[in-house]
Amino acid sequence: MTVPQADEGTPILELRGVTKSFGAIQVLHGVDLKVFPGQVTALVGDNGAGKSTLIKAIAGIHAIDGGQILFQGNPVSVTGPRDSAALGIEVVYQDLALADNLDVVQNMFLGRERKRGMLLDEASMEASARDTLAKLSVRTLKSVRQLVSSLSGGQRQTVAIAKAVLWESKVVILDEPTAALGVAQTRQVLDLVRRLADTGHAVLFITHNMVDVFEVSDRVAALYLGRMAADVPISQVDRPQVIELITAGRSGNLGIAPAEVAAVEV
Amino acid sequence: MSSTISAPTSSQEPGGAPSGFEADRTAGSLGETVRAYVDRVRGGDLGALPAILGIVALGLLFFALRPETFLTPRNMANLADQAAPIIILAMGLVFILLLGEIDLSAGVVSGVCAAVMAKLLADAGAPWYVSVAAAIVTGVVIGLFTGSLVGMIGIPSFVVTLALFLGWQGFTLRLIGEGGTVPVRDPVISAISDRNVPVALGWVLALVVIAVYAAVQLNRFRVLRGRGLAHAPLPVVLVRIGVIAAVVVLVTAVLSVDRAPAVGVVLAGIPYAIPLVVLLLLLLTFVLGRTSFGRHVYAVGGNAEAARRAGINVTRIRVAVFVIGSTLAAISGIVAAARLGSVAPGSGGGNTLLYAVGAAVIGGTSLFGGRGRVRDAVLGGLVVAIIANGLGLLGTEAYLNFIITGGVLLLAASVDALARRRAAATGH
Repeated sequence: MTVPQADEGTPILELRGVTKSFGAIQVLHGVDLKVFPGQVTALVGDNGAGKSTLIKAIAGIHAIDGGQILFQGNPVSVTGPRDSAALGIEVVYQDLALADNLDVVQNMFLGRERKRGMLLDEASMEASARDTLAKLSVRTLKSVRQLVSSLSGGQRQTVAIAKAVLWESKVVILDEPTAALGVAQTRQVLDLVRRLADTGHAVLFITHNMVDVFEVSDRVAALYLGRMAADVPISQVDRPQVIELITAGRSGNLGIAPAEVAAVEV
Repeated sequence: MSSTISAPTSSQEPGGAPSGFEADRTAGSLGETVRAYVDRVRGGDLGALPAILGIVALGLLFFALRPETFLTPRNMANLADQAAPIIILAMGLVFILLLGEIDLSAGVVSGVCAAVMAKLLADAGAPWYVSVAAAIVTGVVIGLFTGSLVGMIGIPSFVVTLALFLGWQGFTLRLIGEGGTVPVRDPVISAISDRNVPVALGWVLALVVIAVYAAVQLNRFRVLRGRGLAHAPLPVVLVRIGVIAAVVVLVTAVLSVDRAPAVGVVLAGIPYAIPLVVLLLLLLTFVLGRTSFGRHVYAVGGNAEAARRAGINVTRIRVAVFVIGSTLAAISGIVAAARLGSVAPGSGGGNTLLYAVGAAVIGGTSLFGGRGRVRDAVLGGLVVAIIANGLGLLGTEAYLNFIITGGVLLLAASVDALARRRAAATGH
């Protein structure tokens, strides 16, 4: 299905032949994917290619029908969001899921508040939130006690990402983090994505934007109609090839076999 | 490997300071704090401002119209008694409104609970604590029922509580009987509204409240500054303490004056309803502000989906706020019964609920969920009670009372909606 790849060490997260159907419609057809620590893997694909379903399968929101999910080389069963969180997989969804009426610290610790007896331990949470943001070299927030409603799009994205990192997470999945951002804010978020990988996280980065892909990614994985067309180091492909993989499922010697492509398109 | 980006590029937003969190590091001067407050208000976050302005304006208005009766100690004590049931009911509604839900049955639930208490006292001869406990348990059970219908089955709270608004009235009617009233003459329960805290004890309590408040505020300031965390500047903390102290002293002083209508009798001291309200205010403010439950209530009200993904049991929070709402409705019903000395089939009906919702909204709690505090119920409840009390003193006709009270609620809801639009427009 996919082309043979050079060995690059153990992937922290690996999918093998993952399938998923919703009723009669099969959305994922035996998808393989490897995500490595310290690397940014761009997950690309056209609308309806199955990107969202794939990340929801990893996050445990949709249980997979077939195939295997391996974490640090061991098969794991992910049947709910708590399972993936326990493994250290954090997902930052496109809608960010921040509560506008709470401040940055409160959002970052939402659902996992630190307590001292019955009381919330605000001081410790504020200090940790600031530490995490500082580690990610976030410099654009005036105060961690600002309400999220007063933040710009890029700042919100930053907070959502920092929230994911706060929990000793090993794999961070970002769903189109730059989709609605302007130039300067996209820049900030891309820097942050790069820094996430540089601090040892495995980053799976979903995007439509080719500039973003070539700017920050180490690997690129292209989905085509629910099949993994290619999962290769970025150095092996150029932009036209990635676009071809997204739109046609194959490019040169990469991608789904021609016969299969034809079968899919019928 | 591909193009690795050198980490800190010059990618800051224009005006973004290089260090970050500068607002947290510096204490901020008094001027800055005032400016930030003005910005917040202009951005649509009015906080307690409308309620405080309302209290002052209405106070002046009724003082001008009825100078000889309105601002007398006797009327102020009466006002406190009048406001207490409204405030307590509104406190419960704050929790429900924080989720963006509504409980239209809260008023009549207070009636049902009061009826349960009154029947136990009058017919079964139960002691006051058994009757009060039964009333509160009734409130808890009703809240569980309402909350389950809303949270688990997923019926809109508007519909559930509208149905229960009718249903519980029938329940009260069945308990009490057509045209009947059940007297509430138990001395302990009547004391809530009839009796006063002895003047000396009142002053002690007042000073204790001020001292504890000041200690908590100053200690928090010290800890936060010591650890280099975000905190209000010292002058702001001192002003806050000063304002609270002044209000407490003023109220205690006014209510410590002898207000007996006849010579030779002494009637002075704080009505017991006030310490009850203060106690609930402290307890519920603590729950909302300092516990993870309170934090989750705000989160569900602000973004239920975000709360769900953060692992918060949204259904449990939904049920819990209805339980809190109905429990406070029960307490409110008890206080109202103590004040009136009886429970009738119509108890908790009429404008009871309207007053309480109005109180919460006037106080600054949003009908759209996510914004509100327990103190809103106190401030808004005072505004509503002043209107009811003042119109009573003016001897306004009943029809005008309805129109004016309805108008005030509409005004408060408009302010809420406009503030929300303004907040959305200015990004606050």
